[in-house]
Amino acid sequence: MDATARRLTVPAPLPIMDCALTIISLGRSAQNLRELRDHLASVPAQSISHHFHDALLRPAFDDPEYRNDFAVWARRQLHDGALAERLGVIDPMDYQDLEQLRQQTIDVVEDHLAEAGEVPQAARGHEFYFLRSQFVIIDTRARASSPAELASLIPRLSTGSIFHHFIEARRRQPGRVDDFSAWLAGWGDECASERDRLAAVDYQLWSLSELRDRIAAALARAREAVEAP
Amino acid sequence: MKLALDDYADAAGPEAVEQIRELARPLKGKSVVHVNSTRIGGGVAEILARLVPLMADLGIDARWEVIDGTPEFFAVTKSLHNALQGNSVMLSNRQLDAYQDVNRRNAASLRDRLKDADFVFIHDPQPAALLQHFPDRRGKWIWRCHIDVSRPFRPVWKTLRNFIRPYDASVFSLAAFAQPLSHPQYLIAPSIDPLSEKNIPLTDRDIDEAAAGFSLDPARAVVLQVSRFDRFKDPVGVIRAYRLVKPHIPIQLVLAGGTADDDPEGAEVLSEVRAEAGDDPDIHVLELPPDSHRAINALQRRATLVLQKSTREGFGLTVTEAMWKEKAVIGGETGGIPLQVVNHHTGFLVSSPEGAALRMRYLLSRPEMMATMGRKARQFVRENFLLTRHLREYLTLVLGLHYGASESVEIR
Repeated sequence: MDATARRLTVPAPLPIMDCALTIISLGRSAQNLRELRDHLASVPAQSISHHFHDALLRPAFDDPEYRNDFAVWARRQLHDGALAERLGVIDPMDYQDLEQLRQQTIDVVEDHLAEAGEVPQAARGHEFYFLRSQFVIIDTRARASSPAELASLIPRLSTGSIFHHFIEARRRQPGRVDDFSAWLAGWGDECASERDRLAAVDYQLWSLSELRDRIAAALARAREAVEAP
Repeated sequence: MKLALDDYADAAGPEAVEQIRELARPLKGKSVVHVNSTRIGGGVAEILARLVPLMADLGIDARWEVIDGTPEFFAVTKSLHNALQGNSVMLSNRQLDAYQDVNRRNAASLRDRLKDADFVFIHDPQPAALLQHFPDRRGKWIWRCHIDVSRPFRPVWKTLRNFIRPYDASVFSLAAFAQPLSHPQYLIAPSIDPLSEKNIPLTDRDIDEAAAGFSLDPARAVVLQVSRFDRFKDPVGVIRAYRLVKPHIPIQLVLAGGTADDDPEGAEVLSEVRAEAGDDPDIHVLELPPDSHRAINALQRRATLVLQKSTREGFGLTVTEAMWKEKAVIGGETGGIPLQVVNHHTGFLVSSPEGAALRMRYLLSRPEMMATMGRKARQFVRENFLLTRHLREYLTLVLGLHYGASESVEIR
């Protein structure tokens, strides 16, 4: 690609957004697995989303062993390792929408109820509390106009920005990719290796600050490899 | 006190400070009034003393008002407080009249400041009845509950609920504390201020001098619990745990706390603790004045290991403070402690003096593990429980109410 052609195809600058979360209680809780199943069937889809996706932004200790609240509760409060593993392996991005995700979660719980001799029960005070999120999404007014600029911005981004662009984006973008990869695709083969390295960052295995470090590492070579036109 | 948000960049990270500035942009010039019942003493006053100046630093017209009450009113609200935390305390009609009367008089004196405010935060039950005197209010009113109302004494909760229902939203510290109400119930955990006297960095010399002042042996490990002398904090259980450890590891125990004038049980529990301690020179029962923030800071930093062996707890900010100082914590599995103490990561949860003793022996024998846990604990607090996160969540809540969105608001 010659320099003129390249300049004509330069993607528009990537707007850097940020997001902040507040949590709203639904006032509903489950003491045992059967109650969990019943609530799962009827809570708003936003609540399913909160417990699978949004918990990363919540003030809580990050537990990389189980990446959704249902699995964590099964392990810690129901002391049911097998159920925790079956719930923990559910990848929310494997489902077209939240209703399919809801149904898969209910199926896992119902299968387990059918196998279990007794209904697993949490101690009083250790119920599962259903929550939902309220987001405020902010345009930070920062823009990345080249891969090099993006690489230099990443270490300074808030965890809210990382969540918005690297996790939440997968629900918005065709192909379920993150915003950074989608934007870098516009730079063609020049950024293929950066995209490959980003694809290798498993968003389910790390806290948001750890993800920021890994994304920064994945893009580190972009600073030298690609010059802004 | 002149506080600037930029002062928090070192502790919380410049990106966290920048995010708060962006969130506050649409709220510049909006009026936000906080109302509580005391300007000095207690966690709510401590938080408001820092939060309100920071809101003002962001260009928000932030104010803090305090209601005036009579001794009878505060006796009633103390009973109300105890009932909401689960004690079976009935309120008479006369007491309710005293409660309403003080709220009515304060509504009159605060009318000009509250009626046209864009957002009014009413903290705890004492001023909760103010709202009914503002049928012509212009802004959104939010009831902020700081206490554990997970199992309230139902007759008293039902009375208070009548005052709470008309609010636009309420805020609780933990999901377990939320009660069925028809308006949105936000969950916002409390926080510690990294720049306060209780949490600022101290020099080794400051710490050593404070420890020497309390006659602590510099050569031996110190296990510390900071809390009021309250049975729910189980100080006697802590002494029993210490006695199980002592034959194996030469430790010193510090129980540091105070009693409050409005807590008649405090002196009684303190004498039980002293009786249990007996004449053991390695048990230091310290009755500290309420403003001993620097002494507590030094003790927490001197401690080898921190305990919070509560059997009932609100959030447990003493746990947060210790974690900020890179201490592993052994805590009771109650209230907000499990949100902070995670087995094998930041400490251990226990349910008995025996459990506490086992974990103390385990950790005191593994200083490297305690150091790793301590580093993880500080990072965890940095990301989740500093004042900046608290401020961010208040701003997010206010924006959500302002724009009336159910799921998300986008600000460009």
